[in-house]
Amino acid sequence: MMIEARGLVRTFKTKRGPVQAVQGVDLDVADGEIVGFLGPNGAGKTTTMRMLATLITPTAGSATVAGCDLAKDPVGVRRRIGYVPQSGSTLPEAIAGDEVVDHARLYGVPKAKAAADGQRLLDELDLTGLWRRQCKTLSGGQRRRLDIVMGLIHDPRLIFLDEPTTGLDPQARANLWQHIRGLRDRGATIFLTTHYLDEADALCDRILVIDHGKIVASGTPDALKQQVSGDAVRLSLADAAHAPAVSKIVQELDGAVEVESDGDVVGFRIPRGGSVLPGLLRQIDAQGIELNGVEVHRPTLDDVFLTMTGRSLRDEDTPVETEEAVA
Amino acid sequence: MNTLRETWIVFHRAMRLTLRNPMWAFLMLSQPLLYLFLFGPLLKPITAQISQGATTNAYQVFIPGLIVQLGMFGAMFVGFGLIAEYRAGVIEADRVTPASRMALMAGRVLRDVVVLVVQTLVLLIAAIPLGLRAPWGGVLLSLVIVALLGATFASLSYSVALITKSEDALAPLLNGIAMPLLLLSGILLPMQIGPTWLQRLSDISPLKHVVNGVRALFRGDIDNSSSLWGLFWVVLLTVVGLAVGARTFRKESA
Repeated sequence: MMIEARGLVRTFKTKRGPVQAVQGVDLDVADGEIVGFLGPNGAGKTTTMRMLATLITPTAGSATVAGCDLAKDPVGVRRRIGYVPQSGSTLPEAIAGDEVVDHARLYGVPKAKAAADGQRLLDELDLTGLWRRQCKTLSGGQRRRLDIVMGLIHDPRLIFLDEPTTGLDPQARANLWQHIRGLRDRGATIFLTTHYLDEADALCDRILVIDHGKIVASGTPDALKQQVSGDAVRLSLADAAHAPAVSKIVQELDGAVEVESDGDVVGFRIPRGGSVLPGLLRQIDAQGIELNGVEVHRPTLDDVFLTMTGRSLRDEDTPVETEEAVA
Repeated sequence: MNTLRETWIVFHRAMRLTLRNPMWAFLMLSQPLLYLFLFGPLLKPITAQISQGATTNAYQVFIPGLIVQLGMFGAMFVGFGLIAEYRAGVIEADRVTPASRMALMAGRVLRDVVVLVVQTLVLLIAAIPLGLRAPWGGVLLSLVIVALLGATFASLSYSVALITKSEDALAPLLNGIAMPLLLLSGILLPMQIGPTWLQRLSDISPLKHVVNGVRALFRGDIDNSSSLWGLFWVVLLTVVGLAVGARTFRKESA
């Protein structure tokens, strides 16, 4: 086991009294796994991760991280893990290569080795030629990959990534996912937090869903998605008069649920909406009905969340303040 | 041993960043230089009177105050830089390394002290053509005092910065502390020329004793009670300052 945590609790003192940000989390991460911690802002993801990375002390509970006891040997844990914080890890004014080398040296890596390893990691993460650049001149995606270089520079066995792709454009996200998969292929274990279902889906072997400081579900992405009734499809009709006819066709589809029509729009949920669509469109066309548009939405965290907790994620967006509060 | 090595790494990084933009350190120096050139000459005709006959060299009275002021103000605002580092995630990244928490602070404080000592030397050299004369031993010891004072204020500034994590809170807080300290320290004029109640009030401020100590050193009175008290206070302040700073860096919320 790379991570074995039992009964982790973290209470923050705030002006309005104590807030239990994490309320008894048990989790196991095996060697070589990519595990995603999925949940809304303020659910306790970052707090749990910061406890496992020795940045804050658990109020209660115990954990073994990368073979070291969290409470008894935090320095041992620090030596063996890489942590890429949400906030970044380089100063805008600093030179990228300098930040990497200095960071490595704090792990006891000799200067020359740090520079060589740093250059190699820069190449691996498509940052070739940016060694002498000021960090603030890098793009958001480059900067994030530089953070990952910082987290990897001492060759850790376990890597924590806190919201690795937040704020990145879709292309940079997809690119970063590829690099994260590459890390796993090199034998690293990865524990990441995210509030994007597609990210957890694309990357993770296993997902832990956390809400209000408790793990409410865990499983493979497929297993979790099965709990959601499928993709949301919306058909916009040229003529609202055809809505009943289209609804009828949709209702006959295998697995279609929540079929609703509202004026000239017919909406429903169906597993694998994208593969159902071509046949459906042919059927609608065969009846001479004209469509103005088609939308397919993959299940979102909202949907998973709604299914698992019976509540919408958006109502639960508690302020991040509880995580920031002084302990 | 490791802590020393880590302190050096942190110092080296901080120093490199300062040297990338030396304009800041230079701007910090402009205030004492302006005092030196635009305020110093005013003291000349009254030096004998305000020093109660101890010296007739205006700069022996005035320069000690200025370098203590530099030690205080030069180091007091370093917390702003730390907040910038905190926002960029650098502090967090530092704290996940196995490096000693003490080293993370000490390296930065050491950078501030080096910058401060260089600034002080520039100020002293600039004062020589104006007429500053002082014994070497006294000046050297005064440099040590300024360095310790800088370490104290830098540690405290980092500590407050890490606790508040906000420039908006740090600015009024530091100014609120700096103004009374400056006025009661006798930096601009010796407190001895003030009314008794003001002198008693200023006795509470350790900085006044430090300024008096440095003035004695500049006159060459190395083993007189003023200079010894000054040394005593600055060492005590340094111990307290570093302890508070180290504690904050160790604390998890920092």
